[in-house]
Amino acid sequence: MIQGFPFLSFLTFLPLLGVALILALTQRGDAAQARQARWIAFGTSLLTFVCSLALLKFYDPAVPGFQLIEKFQWIPSLNVSYHKGIDGISIWFVLLSGLLSTIAILSGFAVKEKARGLMIALLVLETIMIGMFTALDFFLFYVFFEGVLIPMFLVIGIWGGENRVYAATKFFLFTLLGSVLMLVGIFAMVLHTGTSDMTVLIGTKFPHDMGLWLWLVFFASFAVKTPMWPLHTWLPHAHVEAPTAGSVLLAGVLLKMGGYGFIRVSLQMLPDASAFFAPMMIVLSLIAIVYASLVALAQRDMKKLVAYSSVAHMGFVTLGIFSGRVEGIEGAMMIMLSHGLVAAALFLCVGVLYERVHTREISAYGGVAVRLPAFASYALVFTLASLGLPGTSGFVGEFMSMSGAWQYNKIVAAFAVLGIVLGAAYMLWLYRRVFLGALEKDDIKSLKRLSLREYAMLTPLLVLVIWMGMHPASFRDLFAPEVTRIVAAIGPVMGGGAP
Amino acid sequence: MSEWLLARPELFLSAAGLLLLLVSAFRGQRRAGSVTNLVLMAFALTLGLLFVGPQEGTAFGGMVVADAFGRFMKAMVLVASGLSLAVAPGFWRRAGRAQPEYAVLVLFATLGMMLMIAAHNLMALYAGLELQNIALYVLTAFHRDDRRASEAGLKYFTLGALSSAVLLFGLSLIYGFAGTTCYVGLQVLLASPAALQPGLIAGIAFTLAGLGFKIAAVPFHMWAPDVYEGAPTPVTTFLAAAPKIAALAMLTRLLEQALPGAVSVWQPLIVGLAVASMLLGGFAGLVQPNIKRLMAYSGMINIGTLLVGLAVGPAHTTGIEGMLVYLAVYTAGVVAVFGVILSLQRNGQAIETIADLAGLSKAHPTLALAMGAALFSLAGIPPFAGFFGKYLVLLAAVKAGMVALAVLGVVASVVAAGYYLRIVKVMYFDAPPDEPLQLAPETVTRFVVVLTALAVTLFVLMPAPLMDAAQTTAQSFISP
Repeated sequence: MIQGFPFLSFLTFLPLLGVALILALTQRGDAAQARQARWIAFGTSLLTFVCSLALLKFYDPAVPGFQLIEKFQWIPSLNVSYHKGIDGISIWFVLLSGLLSTIAILSGFAVKEKARGLMIALLVLETIMIGMFTALDFFLFYVFFEGVLIPMFLVIGIWGGENRVYAATKFFLFTLLGSVLMLVGIFAMVLHTGTSDMTVLIGTKFPHDMGLWLWLVFFASFAVKTPMWPLHTWLPHAHVEAPTAGSVLLAGVLLKMGGYGFIRVSLQMLPDASAFFAPMMIVLSLIAIVYASLVALAQRDMKKLVAYSSVAHMGFVTLGIFSGRVEGIEGAMMIMLSHGLVAAALFLCVGVLYERVHTREISAYGGVAVRLPAFASYALVFTLASLGLPGTSGFVGEFMSMSGAWQYNKIVAAFAVLGIVLGAAYMLWLYRRVFLGALEKDDIKSLKRLSLREYAMLTPLLVLVIWMGMHPASFRDLFAPEVTRIVAAIGPVMGGGAP
Repeated sequence: MSEWLLARPELFLSAAGLLLLLVSAFRGQRRAGSVTNLVLMAFALTLGLLFVGPQEGTAFGGMVVADAFGRFMKAMVLVASGLSLAVAPGFWRRAGRAQPEYAVLVLFATLGMMLMIAAHNLMALYAGLELQNIALYVLTAFHRDDRRASEAGLKYFTLGALSSAVLLFGLSLIYGFAGTTCYVGLQVLLASPAALQPGLIAGIAFTLAGLGFKIAAVPFHMWAPDVYEGAPTPVTTFLAAAPKIAALAMLTRLLEQALPGAVSVWQPLIVGLAVASMLLGGFAGLVQPNIKRLMAYSGMINIGTLLVGLAVGPAHTTGIEGMLVYLAVYTAGVVAVFGVILSLQRNGQAIETIADLAGLSKAHPTLALAMGAALFSLAGIPPFAGFFGKYLVLLAAVKAGMVALAVLGVVASVVAAGYYLRIVKVMYFDAPPDEPLQLAPETVTRFVVVLTALAVTLFVLMPAPLMDAAQTTAQSFISP
């Protein structure tokens, strides 16, 4: 059935069909129209996610390289093709984008003002995210990579909090500065090889010095996106000011663009330079892990705390990737998937509280568990997953990433453990201050119970978090062969090699 | 006869201009609208004539040349002039100055631009340039009861005359040391490096200074913000789009067809102009509250980027290719931005400042979307068309080994994105003030806005036709 049908393009542009339907069928202004727009958006994104599940069937992990390839001439004068395909790495990000977009749209139901516009922006975001993870031509990749800034800028700027203009502008300019430098790197690659085809570039060996320069410009771009210390300063602002739907996609998917870029471009195309810069990356990752955890401990704002915890988690991702070991990279993949679910869920939990109490100050809460025990149990699972309790999704990735780091250097692993301890500290402390304790504050005493919609957002994430913790193999099996192949291709350089 | 046929678009346009001048003198005072429509029709016919009949060759003793490059540029000039004329009538009606001469002057300016593009001799170059300039001076001061417009016109004229003098001085030096004004002669002469005497080098430098003024490249940009602000908005629209195309075409032809042998002289100068324009245009724009002044700085940064395409020199066709694409998408973006400004009023007054746009997304979402698309395109953010031009131009720079210039180009585009974002912020994030934004009644203006905004947005779906055309044009230009 799949032969000849451009399935990936279908997935990419299906959300735009929802945009067209919203534009055609609803008008601005009245509440009934907004409701219609919401359901259209939810329907299309759910449909996109369900269709994307078919990828699990079509993708065969035993076959190396990219699959479901679509390729045709797009700009002949530049030798640029419209080229799409997935491998064991990118398939997961497509699925994650589909799932989290659906959930983000569901959480966007709570937004009353300009609801129709928010739905359109979220659907456009979904198209761009799926488009980026399936792009196999650098030109196309870049169009999506940078294009994602515009809808996110609008989501933060229009539907964000008080300081939204500052946050949105900072987000836009920071990430734009990173990505335009990547553009220069793309030029150099294109001129060296005569093509922007990523599958060709993966097999190209660049001269040593050129490789180092290229690696640095791509680093600028991905390190801002990931974000790595010290380029993370846009993230707390963006997260705090973004509406819940924006935070979910920002933490869940947009940050993964950086990690994905590190694997796809830095590691696969520039292995020599990656080996050269690996010590720097490891040190930066360790700083990110420890520093961001310490900063998270000091936060009074729930969203900021979760934002800093994201920086720490992404530190484990880069640690795993640049350990260059199979376990490390597999661990990085697991963390990215797990963090996609857990961070999204935590932001949703914060959103649930914020919509009721209208503050994100931790000190305004306390005793929520007494009033909303079911919600508190959900939040507990996500908290434990975030700190990496065995049996939850967070454990597997951190463990594998750490074992990659251990093989790389035992002292590095020792430092990273510190991050895990601190992670447990700030998450448990957060949970205690918000959910436990006596029910004293009036706001909290009168908290409304969760609606069906809110349970519908959180439950799938809960199931997946536990599933991933209990049976990581059902996720790992799909990307492990690809990771092994990647490490086999670059192994000798990074000092690792296949196990 | 074949010479006359080669020049048929220009000849037709000048005949139409003379005729319409008579028409407006005798019947036109009450019929400004129909004269405007006739001029638009003349543009359309001229555009058609460009593509019908003999295409290549030189005419009138090598004074002018017809080739693919010229055709591409002339087509762009005609479209830009037509679009900026189409959005004008409502403004003049409200200003009480709906007079047919406006359209005829636009026509003569356009004719001058076509001559500039076709010029294959320094004399023809100057004749075309002055025809354009004089029409532009008058247009700038066309709103004669408006003090700012008169001031802008006077400023433009004084500085323009000065720069013309500098240019003439440069041209005369070139003639004095080369002994010819003909491009072919210059090219042959400069093929031997010995011909590059100090006097000739000085001539090239003065010529570039004079032409730098015409395209408002830094450091010859001082007139631009004042003139952009003071000139009536339809004139600013015209100034921002068409003359830039013509002047760049003329500059490109002069440098790469007449003076390729002197590339070592002009390349560093062009690089300097490009760097200064990108930096100053980027940073000075950050603090501009007036949207027309802001567009003057935006024009500088775009000219800077375009000059990068020229700076890579005749060895790389990608530079010219990028210039062609960039000019096309830049024109569309600029017309859309000014079209939005012309479509809006507050309290019956034309809008002036960025803050006036507050609440646009609520009052007129389509216009806000169009403005947003045009601005993101000008900033070169994908998937909008501006990105494709930026990509080509900067790719050419890297190809020519000018990596630092390319890096500067992308960094400047980030700075520029900062001020475009400010406009988007005002339109979308700021609360609307008490008096609502009203729409000007002309549907034509809005039609042009929607058309150009759709063009920059949907370009990504089918970039190949324009990019292919630009490539073949650039290749035939460099190696005919």
